Amino acid sequence: MIRVQAEIFDPGAELSGFTRACGRDTGGIASFTGLVRDSGDGPRLQAMTLEHYPGMTERQLAAVEAEAGRRWPLIATLIIHRHGRMLPGEPIVLVATAAAHRRAALEACEFLIDWLKTKAPFWKLEETEAGTEWVAAKASDDAAAERWAGDASDGKSADITE
Amino acid sequence: MKLIYFAWLRTRIGLAQEQVEAPPDVRTVGELLGWLQIRGPGYALALADLSIVRVAVNQDYVGLDRILAPGDEVALFPPVTGG
Repeated sequence: MIRVQAEIFDPGAELSGFTRACGRDTGGIASFTGLVRDSGDGPRLQAMTLEHYPGMTERQLAAVEAEAGRRWPLIATLIIHRHGRMLPGEPIVLVATAAAHRRAALEACEFLIDWLKTKAPFWKLEETEAGTEWVAAKASDDAAAERWAGDASDGKSADITE
Repeated sequence: MKLIYFAWLRTRIGLAQEQVEAPPDVRTVGELLGWLQIRGPGYALALADLSIVRVAVNQDYVGLDRILAPGDEVALFPPVTGG
């Protein structure tokens, strides 16, 4: 399931609901929660605004979710991603995966967050007392996503961008 | 076609979106970017370094050689920073 929303969410409550909805064949659930972080260098972070491309965001998240389903035997997945203005410490994103065994759940969870970071059209704007600044994309995020490129279980190219 | 701009491309160009009719010799995404670069100082600034500009046509990522059609929705934006 994919949800793109401005409203804050409670990661614990979401995970509880996800866990309850999974069937008896589920043996493990992995999750990742991303928070608004003050990097500590430079002026103090006051807020973060995430701009997104409505429509394309959902489309890209669905493609990433489908790719995870092709690579691992998943029972269910959940992706919640916020847009709009949020404060330090608030959750931005939650990814959860359910599978019969831990390996698939853990790997698919890591894959989902790595790929969505480089493919889903969101842009972070940081607000500090010095003004606002767009966050630059990190080469380390590209490298993290690249790790999965040659890993498709069907042996085909992992490129979902076209 | 409809052009949509996001993040600092939007602020530098000064528009969130616009409807344009490109000249007939603009057939590909690369040619569209070249034509936009000379439309004004905001466009020139936004499109000065194409290595940090991503393009989507009808909400799918495309390369510079993608052939454009009149009804296309073309979005220009920086490398994404979600998650």
